[in-house]
Amino acid sequence: MRTPRPRIGVVVFPGSNDVADALWALGALDAEAVPVWHAERALPALEAVVLPGGFSYGDYLRSGALARFSPAMQAVADFAAEGGLVLGICNGFQILCEAGLLPGALRPNDSLSFVCRDVVVRVERTDTPFTARCEPGQELTIPVKHGEGCWYADEELLAAVADLDQVALRYAGDNPNGSVGDVAGVVNAEGNVMGLMPHPEHAVDPLLGSGDGAFILASLVDAARLRLDALAEASVRR
Amino acid sequence: MRATVLVRPKQGILDPQAQAVENSLRQLGYAVHGARIGRVVDLELESDDPAGARVQLQEMCDRLLANPLIESYEIELHGGT
Repeated sequence: MRTPRPRIGVVVFPGSNDVADALWALGALDAEAVPVWHAERALPALEAVVLPGGFSYGDYLRSGALARFSPAMQAVADFAAEGGLVLGICNGFQILCEAGLLPGALRPNDSLSFVCRDVVVRVERTDTPFTARCEPGQELTIPVKHGEGCWYADEELLAAVADLDQVALRYAGDNPNGSVGDVAGVVNAEGNVMGLMPHPEHAVDPLLGSGDGAFILASLVDAARLRLDALAEASVRR
Repeated sequence: MRATVLVRPKQGILDPQAQAVENSLRQLGYAVHGARIGRVVDLELESDDPAGARVQLQEMCDRLLANPLIESYEIELHGGT
């Protein structure tokens, strides 16, 4: 018998432009990926949510600042509060920081230039639902493409983030945006929400230059499948 | 009632845009330093109560207009409507 595929929603904001790649990559990694329109007040039955890259609401005011108040984001915040898995990629990371679901803020790159190239990130945490397929210290080659990817935290917040070991990914060597502590991705204190600037959905097939993004997304699909199995088991018991 | 909200990058935060503009000004021969670039939001409020308007504006700044981690803000209220 074939196990059912976990459902992962990809929230579509006006200005999201990596939806197709996210849907395709999750599908290729054996999830059932479904788009969720930003105006939806409730999420369909999902095991995980991905906030994709792009320029939601034109990046007006600050990137992510307007998207966080969309109806779907209120539902995503509730989903996260109940332990749901949420992954924010690039603009999705910016939205999660603006929404207060992740620590820090993303500022314009120190170079003031839009960067679009492969970077190498080092995996700092392998005990999260987003990195469980990685080895500690593993280096992943994944592309970035952003103008505002400079993760910032003041000293107090940085100490708190260090205390809770919330940095999941750091740029190894070349930091493309000047982020504090070379941070490329962080998780929340509970570990069920992660944001990262690199785009794993653009790197799940070696044909496109690197397959390393699959380590992240397949970890998420694994975790989503575990949630699905746990739900099924609970309903059988009931 | 009209209001102006000034949003600035907090002190100590790198402001690469302002640095680039400052460099250009220096190239033009102006002896300047300490440039910071922020944002101006002009608003019309449907209220005649300055105290209430200020409370509302502060709330707007904390919730949306500024990100308190990286930005500070100032509120200016202009009399009349």
